[in-house]
Amino acid sequence: MSAATVFGLCSAAAAGLGLYGLIVNPEPLRKIIAFNLLGSGIFIIFGVVARRGAAAALGADPVPQALVITGMVVAFSATALAVALVLRLFQGAGSTTLDADAPASAGTDPTDA
Amino acid sequence: MTIAAALETVLAALILAIAIWTIAARETFAAVAGFVVYGLLLALVWVRLEAVDVALTEAAIGGGLSGVLLLGAAARLRATETRAVMERPDKILRLGAAILSATVAAGLAAGVLLLTDPAPTLASAAATNAAATGLGNPVTNVLMAFRATDTLLEKVVLLLALVGVWSLASDRLWGGFPGPRHQADPLGALAFLARLLPPVGIVVGIYILWAGANHPGGAFQAGAILAAMWLLVMMAGLTDVPPVSSRRLRLVLIAGPGVFLVVGLGGLCFGTAFLAYPVASAKPLILGIEAAMTLTIAVTLGLLVAGAPERRDGQ
Amino acid sequence: MPYPTPALDGVTTPGGFLVVLSVVVPVASVLLAFVAGGRQAERIALATMPLGLAIAIAIMVALQRTGAPLVYLLGGWVPPLGIALRADGLSAVMMAITAVVIGAVGVFARGDFRVPQGSVEARAPFAFWILLLAVWGALNMVFLGGDLFTLYVALELLTFSAVPLVCLDGRAETLQAALRYLLFALLGSVLYLVGAVLFYGSYGTLDIVLLSHEISAEPTTLVAAALMTVGLLAKTALFPLHLWLPPAHAGAPAAASAVLSGLVVKGSFFIVVRLWFDVMPGLPGLAAAQMLAALGAMAIIFGSVVALRQKRLKLLIAYSTLAQIGYLFLMFPVAFGAGSARLESDGALAGGLLQAISHATAKAAMFMSAGLIYAALGHDHIAGLSGIGRALPISVLAFALAGAALMGVPPSGAYLAKDLLLQAAVETEQWWWAVAIQAGGIFTGSYVLLVLAHALMPAHESVTLRVSVSRVAEATALVLALCSLLLGLVHWEAYLPVALDPLRNPLTFKALSTALWPVLGGGVLAILLGRWGLRPARVALGEAVVAIVGPARRVALVLGSMLECVDRMLRRWPAAGLSLLVLVILFGAAMLGGRL
Repeated sequence: MSAATVFGLCSAAAAGLGLYGLIVNPEPLRKIIAFNLLGSGIFIIFGVVARRGAAAALGADPVPQALVITGMVVAFSATALAVALVLRLFQGAGSTTLDADAPASAGTDPTDA
Repeated sequence: MTIAAALETVLAALILAIAIWTIAARETFAAVAGFVVYGLLLALVWVRLEAVDVALTEAAIGGGLSGVLLLGAAARLRATETRAVMERPDKILRLGAAILSATVAAGLAAGVLLLTDPAPTLASAAATNAAATGLGNPVTNVLMAFRATDTLLEKVVLLLALVGVWSLASDRLWGGFPGPRHQADPLGALAFLARLLPPVGIVVGIYILWAGANHPGGAFQAGAILAAMWLLVMMAGLTDVPPVSSRRLRLVLIAGPGVFLVVGLGGLCFGTAFLAYPVASAKPLILGIEAAMTLTIAVTLGLLVAGAPERRDGQ
Repeated sequence: MPYPTPALDGVTTPGGFLVVLSVVVPVASVLLAFVAGGRQAERIALATMPLGLAIAIAIMVALQRTGAPLVYLLGGWVPPLGIALRADGLSAVMMAITAVVIGAVGVFARGDFRVPQGSVEARAPFAFWILLLAVWGALNMVFLGGDLFTLYVALELLTFSAVPLVCLDGRAETLQAALRYLLFALLGSVLYLVGAVLFYGSYGTLDIVLLSHEISAEPTTLVAAALMTVGLLAKTALFPLHLWLPPAHAGAPAAASAVLSGLVVKGSFFIVVRLWFDVMPGLPGLAAAQMLAALGAMAIIFGSVVALRQKRLKLLIAYSTLAQIGYLFLMFPVAFGAGSARLESDGALAGGLLQAISHATAKAAMFMSAGLIYAALGHDHIAGLSGIGRALPISVLAFALAGAALMGVPPSGAYLAKDLLLQAAVETEQWWWAVAIQAGGIFTGSYVLLVLAHALMPAHESVTLRVSVSRVAEATALVLALCSLLLGLVHWEAYLPVALDPLRNPLTFKALSTALWPVLGGGVLAILLGRWGLRPARVALGEAVVAIVGPARRVALVLGSMLECVDRMLRRWPAAGLSLLVLVILFGAAMLGGRL
């Protein structure tokens, strides 16, 4: 089994785990971690595609590599925005539940007009 | 099976095991720790896939900076964990989710494994056209020349994420300092490392930016390293994060996309096309843009980790 | 140095620079507004809007003159190595309507997002104007992008600009809504990304035109198509993936809701259209298209019924957005050429795009008037709207005209769109979608009439307004509503594949009877399902009628509460996540099954 095949299977499994975690874990922070897992798994697929495209004395096709670097930065900024939202939600509502019908415990509401 | 293949299989199995632990761990703190290890192992995978630029980025951003971000959040959100246990979906839902996720993952695996041979590639095209920029690193060529617009747009995405994070402040704290004021024992390990490491880190970062022209490296990796050094210094309390209203800070934040845009418009007005570089000055132009980008990326990534304004004055 | 590929349109066309400017101008103003800050952010934004509108009009003029799409090769690099921006008729009309709506929202929002006297800078105005400009730039990139990965980056920019708009006022419910929106939208983009990489792995290019020539029905391609489509559906909030939309659009400030409902959801919808019509017209198969439209029909039913049951005006309008999004997806099965297995870019495509455009302007006007009413009354309870028709006549008129435009009253764009879609349904002999299209109009009419009935009812005591409402804001809402009502009169043939002779005489019997259906049917539905206070019902209808309507209404309410129950279940995160996975599997199966 070549590296591409092994890591291709690994990435699909990681993506599946990320999907599972994103759906099942109720805490937003765990969802964010699962999303990062899903994202990194998918980036490995980029790597597999790049490795398969080795040619012209290059070990891997540079285009998917560049796409992944862009994607990683975007994923990090998404994580940062999501984490900031979670922290602010906790500050405002006292809990981080995403369940709209659950009663939120009273928390400080620091927003002023 | 060769040694390399065996190692790769072991690495893949280890990664999956850690991924399972990250999802299944009870405490968020443990999950984040697992995630950081996962990121570092993934960097090894990228090296095996002959994508060293990506490995550097994954280690710096995926493992390092994301880990810091999530650890900080996990620490502040410890109080919510007990509440969350009550909200876990029941067994049937979890089983259904597991089966469906497994099916989608299987479909994805089939899609990847059934990719046609021989694989189509743009590597030869990239190698042939490398003379246009004079850079030896094909990934940098793609990022800064062939698909430069994606990189420019992505800088704007970074900036917008920061604007989004800042907009979460409360009104009366607007313009203040992001995040809590960190204090560390001046004689402790953290303060010691924050004095020792940053000079080394800055040199390494600048080197990676410079070397990225012909070897693995580049603006993103360098920016991440510089951001990490800045965060280290901030967390040890040796310096404070600048306030959101600072004009100089904002100028630094738009330096990267701004320089990129100006060069692009120069190409549109005076050259052949938007973001086209004249062959003679391609390398200096690209390096100049990358330098501005590194500064912006470093500051943006650092501020993204620091968070929304939480303090009015320097206390 | 262009790469010497035998690319099919490997040349920048004259006038192509306009395409670059449409993206560069908003992006540059984002950077300038960020640095200048304070009051300058608003001024920079308002100065950019006429400029952007001029560029959009210039593109339309250039298209009409040359008759061919505008192409620009970024950096001079030819795809597949480089990226191309392409403006065809679809892009041009979407960009024009985006410029119009953003301009209107900018004028409308001046009063809400003003830096208060005595401060150098305030949070909400700073964030709002920058986010508005960023939404604009991202949308233009979505409409012009010719490369799947560029579209991904543009989609992410759109999401990052839209999410903070939701929680701009800082309340806990809006923060929760924003977080839910962000996480679900990220899930959608990641699925889109995995589809894109599989396309690259199979064909070695991400360029839309090149892909369309190379694509074939391999299993990997179909898996990728299914993943991409469902990812985009999650971002467009098509039923059952709509969990994030109602609280997000209802909780945002009025100007932000106008942009979110009118424009942001159209971005991912546009990419679905590009994917299905331009990249892989022969691939998905009729089964997958029927599935899309079936989801759309369910969205119409669920969205409209739950809208009728709402107590708050902004939530009603948000649910109506859900229904209208579903309506957009009815165009897919009827776009298959008669007898062929390919999606044809003809009347159905034009109908769908026209519907998207009409909805953009009409929904923006609706949210604007709802915002004005909320500001004036201090609440937006539908039951408490009596007398507002007299107190805020212009706002209510704007709402009425926008609602009429959505219902399909000629000569609105929705009327023309409905005509085109019905004709396509008849041609492809799919009468059931013709029924769905007509039903869509009736459902739309029901909640519009419900709100208007409440608003026009005379109040017991005269309505006192909390604040005096800005005349400029009211006028903007009215102008936008008039725009949506008159869209059917524009000559769309130069930009959209409108084959039928556009409606020139709106007063023919056929036209009027088609327009009457939504009103009559909608009225009946509103009576059966809407929330009426006891007194208004008796006053409006009289005792005898109430006796007849009573039992029918009880039955309707039982059905209505069943639908509400299902909707509430689907809006819980685990259920929505599971539906997403189920949809991926179903679409994959439908597409693969069509090939075997």
